[in-house]
Amino acid sequence: MRRHLIVAFGTTTMALMMEHMCRAEGMPGRLIPLPREIDAGCGMAWMAEPEEEEALLQFMTRRQIRYERMTCVTF
Amino acid sequence: MIYADYAATNGAPPACVREAVARYLEHPGNPGRGAHAAAMGAARAVLDARIRLARFFDCGDPAHVAFTSGATESLNTAITGLIAPGDHVVTTLYEHNSVLRPLYRLEAQGARLSVTDGSAAEIGAAIRPDTRAVVMTHASNVTGEILDIRAVGRICAAHGVPLIVDGAQTAGILPISMREDHISVLCFAGHKGLLGLQGVGGIAVEGELALRPLKVGGSGMRSFEREHPAQLPEALEAGTLNVPGIVSLSAALDEIGRRGLSGILRHERALADAFERDVAGVGCVRVYRNSGRARVGIVSLNIGGMDAGRAADRLFCDYGIQTRAGAHCAPLVHRHYGTDSMVRFSFGWENTPEEAAACARAVVEIAREWGEGGRI
Repeated sequence: MRRHLIVAFGTTTMALMMEHMCRAEGMPGRLIPLPREIDAGCGMAWMAEPEEEEALLQFMTRRQIRYERMTCVTF
Repeated sequence: MIYADYAATNGAPPACVREAVARYLEHPGNPGRGAHAAAMGAARAVLDARIRLARFFDCGDPAHVAFTSGATESLNTAITGLIAPGDHVVTTLYEHNSVLRPLYRLEAQGARLSVTDGSAAEIGAAIRPDTRAVVMTHASNVTGEILDIRAVGRICAAHGVPLIVDGAQTAGILPISMREDHISVLCFAGHKGLLGLQGVGGIAVEGELALRPLKVGGSGMRSFEREHPAQLPEALEAGTLNVPGIVSLSAALDEIGRRGLSGILRHERALADAFERDVAGVGCVRVYRNSGRARVGIVSLNIGGMDAGRAADRLFCDYGIQTRAGAHCAPLVHRHYGTDSMVRFSFGWENTPEEAAACARAVVEIAREWGEGGRI
C-alpha cells in the first residue's frame, strides 16, 4: 500500500490528451482505470507520484488540460 | 472499366489506408473501455485521428471532433441537436436528403424553413430574428457547384446564427477552415474525398455550441449516472466507435497531405471541365450547372429525353463506364432544373484525362444515336 497522485478528468478524451501531452514532454505518470475512491463506474485517470503534484499542476495549466479532480489515494 | 462515381464513394482506398487498417485489425481494442494494451492502442489511434482532423479542418479543439457513422448521422445530429420545432431555419435548394429530411421532420413539428438558391445574398436576406441556424452544403452532389460558405459564414457570424455545413462532397478536396469560414458545425463523410472506409464520418463543433445528442448509451464513464455525459466528444459518441474506419482516416490524411489539396481539386476539376467541354457541343446533351460558380469534379447531364437510368446502363454495359443515374437524393436541385433524374459523372484522383475523354466519347456516341432517332 502506498500513496499515489490521481488526476481525474471530465472525459476519456481529456485523459488521453493528458497522456498524449505528457508523453510528448516527458512528464511522469500513466493512465490507469479510474480508482473507485475517485468515482464508481468506468473511466481513466492519470496516476503519478505524490511529489509530482506541483509539476503536473503547472503542466496542465500551461497546456490547458482541464481536469476535474486531483487527489492522493492510497492503494 | 472506368470508375466515375467518386461522389458516391471513393474507389479503392489508398494502399497506406488498407495497410493501416489491416495493422489495426491484428490487435483491435475498444477505446475508452479499459486501460489495457488493446483498449489503449485503440484509444490512442482515435485520439490521433481527432488531433489530425481538428488540424485539417482548423477546428481548434480536438475534443470537439466526434466520430459518427457518416455524414448522414452527423447532419441528423447537428440539425435535430440544435433546431427546435418552433425555430426558423435557412437552407438551400442544393441540399441532400440527409439535410432535407431531418428539416422536413422538424417542419412537421412546427419549424419553419426558408429554401434559398444558396447565394450569400439570398441566404442573408432570409435570416430573421428567430432564425436558429443556416444549414447548407459546401458543394452540390448533383451539379458539383461550390457554394460560398465563407461569405455565408460571415453573414451568420454577424447575425449570431450558427452555420451548419455539409462537407460530404468537399472534405479532402477543398480547404475548409472552421474558424475562417465561421462554421459552427462541420459534418463530413469518411469514404469520399477523405479517402477512408465506408461507415465512418464525423462532426466538428465549434466553441461552446451545445448539441442534443441523437443517441445516448454506453460512454465508458460515469456509468451510474442516468444522463449521458454532456462534454464533447463523448456526448456525441454513444456506443463503440468504428475504430477501423477512424484509423483509415488518419492514414488517408497522410495520403491527402502527400497529394496536396490544391492538386486534388485542380486534377478533378480539370477532368470535369474537359469532359464538359467535349460533350457540351452535342445538341441534345444538356449539362446542368450554374456556370457562374466554381465546381468540384462532378458533371451531371441528360441526353435528349433519354431516361437517365438507361443512359447509365448503356454507359456501363457498352463502354464499361460506372456513373450514377437518378435523383441523387437531392430532389430540390431536380425541381430547380425541371428534371427527375440525370446521369452523374464524378471524377476522382485516380481518373486520367484519357478516361475523361473516353467518357465524353461514349456520351457523344450515345447522343448521336439518340439524335438520329435510333432505339437505345
